Amino acid sequence: MTTLAISQPEVIQPDRLTLLFRYFRRNKSLAIGLFLVLMLTAFTVNGMLTINIKHAYPLSVKPKQPPSAQFPLGTDFFGRDLYPAMVVGLWQTALIGVLAGGMGTLIGVVLGFTSAYFGGFADSGIKGICQILTPIPPFLIQVILAGSLDKRAVTVYTMAFIVVLLSWMGPTLVIRSQVLSMKERQFVSVAKLSGMGDIGIIFSEIMPNLLPFIAASFVGQVFSAVFASFYLAVIGLGPLREPLLGNTIWSAQSQGAFFNGWWWWPIFPALAMVLILGSLALINMGLDELSNPRIRKTE
Amino acid sequence: MEPVLKVIDLQVSYYTDAGRATALAGATLSLNPVEKLGLVGESGSGKSTMALAMMRMIKPPGRVEAGQVIVDGTDLRSLTDQEMLKARLSKIAYIPQGAMNSLNPVTRIGAQMVDAIQAHDPKAPKSKTVERCMQSLESVDLNRSVFKMYAHELSGGMKQRVCIAISILLKPKMLICDEPTSALDVVTQRQVMETIDRVKNDIGSAVILIGHDMGLMAQFVDKVAVLYAGRLMEVSTVGEMFTDPKHPYAKALINSLPNLDNKGVFQGIPGLAPSILRLPSGCPFHPRCSYAMEICTTENPKIITLADGRSVACHLFTEGK
Amino acid sequence: MADLLEFKNVTKTYTRGTLSKSSTTALSNLSLKLDDKQPTIVTIAGESGSGKTTLAMLLLGFITPTSGKIIYKGHDISRLRGGDRMTFRREVQAVFQDPFAVFNPFYTVDHLLSIPIKLFKLAKTKDEAREIMIESLKAVGLMPDDILGRFPHQVSGGQRQRINVARALILRPKLLVADEPVSMVDASLRASILETLRGLQRDYGVSIIYITHDLTTAYHIAKSIIVLYRGEVMEAGDVDTIIKNPKHPYTRLLIDSIPWPDIKRRWGETEIKARESEITITTTGCKFIARCPFAFEPCKQPPPLFRLKEHQAASCFLFEENPPIEPEKLTELLPV
Repeated sequence: MTTLAISQPEVIQPDRLTLLFRYFRRNKSLAIGLFLVLMLTAFTVNGMLTINIKHAYPLSVKPKQPPSAQFPLGTDFFGRDLYPAMVVGLWQTALIGVLAGGMGTLIGVVLGFTSAYFGGFADSGIKGICQILTPIPPFLIQVILAGSLDKRAVTVYTMAFIVVLLSWMGPTLVIRSQVLSMKERQFVSVAKLSGMGDIGIIFSEIMPNLLPFIAASFVGQVFSAVFASFYLAVIGLGPLREPLLGNTIWSAQSQGAFFNGWWWWPIFPALAMVLILGSLALINMGLDELSNPRIRKTE
Repeated sequence: MEPVLKVIDLQVSYYTDAGRATALAGATLSLNPVEKLGLVGESGSGKSTMALAMMRMIKPPGRVEAGQVIVDGTDLRSLTDQEMLKARLSKIAYIPQGAMNSLNPVTRIGAQMVDAIQAHDPKAPKSKTVERCMQSLESVDLNRSVFKMYAHELSGGMKQRVCIAISILLKPKMLICDEPTSALDVVTQRQVMETIDRVKNDIGSAVILIGHDMGLMAQFVDKVAVLYAGRLMEVSTVGEMFTDPKHPYAKALINSLPNLDNKGVFQGIPGLAPSILRLPSGCPFHPRCSYAMEICTTENPKIITLADGRSVACHLFTEGK
Repeated sequence: MADLLEFKNVTKTYTRGTLSKSSTTALSNLSLKLDDKQPTIVTIAGESGSGKTTLAMLLLGFITPTSGKIIYKGHDISRLRGGDRMTFRREVQAVFQDPFAVFNPFYTVDHLLSIPIKLFKLAKTKDEAREIMIESLKAVGLMPDDILGRFPHQVSGGQRQRINVARALILRPKLLVADEPVSMVDASLRASILETLRGLQRDYGVSIIYITHDLTTAYHIAKSIIVLYRGEVMEAGDVDTIIKNPKHPYTRLLIDSIPWPDIKRRWGETEIKARESEITITTTGCKFIARCPFAFEPCKQPPPLFRLKEHQAASCFLFEENPPIEPEKLTELLPV
C-alpha cells in the first residue's frame, strides 16, 4: 500500500526586500558597517568629481588656515587644501585596500583550493611555506622593506605589494581548511555518483559554499592593507608626496601641529581612519554571523 | 506516593520573523519515583523543547510562557538563576542528543567529572570527589582506568556511558535522556539502556526517555506520552499503548510498526506533520485523521483523564469514559 | 546467466602509521555474485566496524580493494575508462544514510536531480529535463509542486530521502546500494520509503544491496542476508530463516538485542559478554571469540562457513558436523 503525500500548505515567502530588511535588523553589525562604508564611498566619489586635485598637493593654497567656508577642513603648513587632500587620501587608501585585499584573497583562493583538493605534494608544499612564513612579524618586514626603498620608488602600488607579501598566508590556510572539510561532505560523493568530475565539483559544488568565507577573507585583507598603509605612513615610510591619511598625520606631527595650534590638521585624518577601520571591522563581524550558521540568531 | 515530577501546563513559544510559533502548548504530566516515561513524537513535535524547558535552558527567541515544573517538591521555574544552576545535575539531570560528542576533547574524562562535582560542592576534599567519580564509572560498567582517558580513546557506547556516569554523580531525582542511543548499534544500544535502567534503580531517580523509536519504548519504559505538533495527545502505560492505543495518531503509529508476523506489509501514516508556524485550525492532527469529525476542524480537544487513569486529547472521548 | 557484478576474493585492509605499521582488515576475502537477469535484494547486516560501509565504498568504486577483484559486466572496475566508466557510474547508484547531507545547501533541491540529467545527457531541452524530474518525483510518491524550487531545509526529512531515491531512479541503475537509507528518518515514514525501494526492484528490475544494522527493516525488504562482523561473514542465507532462527552466536546476539515494538518479546535472552572496552586483539581465530558466550578451544582457528541448510550457513565451530562451504560459493546460499 503506497501512501501518497498530501499537498503541503503553501509556503508564503515574503519578498526579497523585506527579507533583507529583516536580516539587517538582526545583524546590526553588518548593517552599520555597510552603511558607513557606503557613506565614505559616496563622500569620496563625490569628492573626486568635484575637487581640484592639484590643491591636494603642497604650495597650492594659503597655508595654516583653520577650517572655514572656503577651506572646510582647513589648510596645512605646506599649503595643501585639506579637504581635497582628504578626498584623494581616501581614494588612495581604498585603492591600496582593494588592490592588496583583492590580490591576497585571490592568491588565497587559488592556493587554498589547489592545496586542499589535490593534496599530495602540492598540499605539503603550500602548507609548509605558509607555516614557515606565518610567524614572521609582518610589521618588521614591512618597515625594513619600505625603509630600504628609494624614496621615489615608494608609491601607492609598491605599498600594496609590500602589504600582500606577508598577508596571503591567512586566506590560504582558511580556505584550505574549509575546502578540506567540504571535500568530505556527502554532497560531493553524490555529485561524483551523478557523474561530476573534479573541476565540476570544485566550481559548482564547493566554491559557492565558500563565498561567505571568501568575502570575509577579503574584508579582513582590506582591513590589514588599509591599516598597514596607515601605520607605515604615520612613521614616515609612505609615499611622502601623496596625501595619504597616514602621511598627513606624520607631517602634522613632524611640524608640531598641536603645539602650534593647528589642531585641524591631524584630527580629521585620524577620525577618518577610525571610521574606515571601524566600519571594516563591523562588516567582518557581521559576515562572521552570516557564514557561521551556528551563531545566527534566527533562521 | 508523591510524584517526583509534576509538569503543569507548560507552554513554550518561539518568536521568529515569520511570527510566533507554539512549540509546546500546555503540557501536563506527572511521574512517580523510579518510574520511566517515554516521550515520543516525530521531529519537530516538541519533545526536546519540553526537556529544555524543564531544565530552564530555553534561549531566545524561545520563551517559556507559562507553567510549573515541580521536581521533588520544588517548582524549578520559581528559582533564581543561581539556585537553578545548583539544581541542575543535583536535582534534575539532562543528557542531550549527541552528548557523547560534546565531551571536552582536550581534558581527561576524570577532570570533567570532578569539574561537575566541584561546581556544586567546591569545598569537598579532592580525594573524596575522585572516589565518587570512580564509583560512578563503575556503576555504568566502565573500568576505573577510564577516569584517566581522553574522549577520543573511547568507543561510542563507552562515551555515552560516561555521559550517564556524569549525570548521576549527584544522584538527581530526575534524569532526562534525549535520544541517548540514536548513533549506536543495536547491541551497544541495549547495553546503554540496561545501564540506565540499573543506575536509576541504584540512585532512585525517575527517567524520561525522549525518542521516536517505539521499539525502544516498548522494551524500556513504564509509561508513554505521545506528542504531536507541540501537544500531548495521549499518556498511557506502555502495555495499554501497545495493545489498545486510544488516540488516532497513537493508533496509526502503533499500526505502522513493522513486526515479525506481517512480512512485507507496510502501513505508513498519510500526509505530513504540520509546521508549528502554520498549525491547522482545531486539532492539529485532523487533516491526517481517519476519525476526524466536524468539531475536530474548529475546536482543539483538551487533554482529559479517562476512567482507567489514562489521558487523551481527542474529541472521540469525553471525561471519564 | 550473465553476472552483473562479481566480488572475487575481495579484501580491504587499512594500514596506519609510518614507523610501526598497524593494520586493520576492514573486509576479508568476500566473494559475491549478482545476476543480471534476476534482480534481488540482499541485506548486508552488521554493526559499525563490520565492514559494511567499506563494502559500499568498494561497490561504488570509491575505494579499491587491497587484493581481489571487483568485476562489473566482465570488466575489472579499476580498469574502466571513458564510456565504459560512465556506464558503470550510471548503472551503479546509491542512497545514503543522511537525507540532509547529500544536498548542497547553496542550491535548491532541483540541483540534485538536474545534475545527473545534464551530465548523462538524458534530456535535450530544459523542458524535457523538467519532465524527467517531475516523473521521477511522482514515482516516489511526492508532489512535484511541493518540492521543486525549494531549498533542502524547507522540505521534511522523509521528503528529502525520497528525493534521493528519485535521483537514483532517474539514472535507471541496475544496482542500487542503499546504505542505512531509513535510519535517520522518523519511524512513521520508514515504511513508505522501504516500500518505494521494494517497488524499484519489482517494477524497474533494480538489484538492491541494503546495508543496515536494523534487522527489523531488513526482514521486511530483503530476500537474503549476509551478517558481517569485523570484516568476516558470520552467517548468510535466506532472511526469513536467519531472523526467525539464527544460528551463529553473533546473529543471535543481534536478534536478541533488537528492540521489538512488542511488549511480549523482551530483549536480553542472550547475555552480553565482555562488559567494557571493545577488545581489539588481532587473533588469528574467530573474530567474535572475545564476546562469544560459547567460545571453546577450536575457536582459536579461523572457522570456515558450515552449511546448515540449502540457504543458511554459519561460520562457527558449534556446527562442525555440517559440511563446510568455500567462501567463493557464498552466492549459492542466497535465494533469489
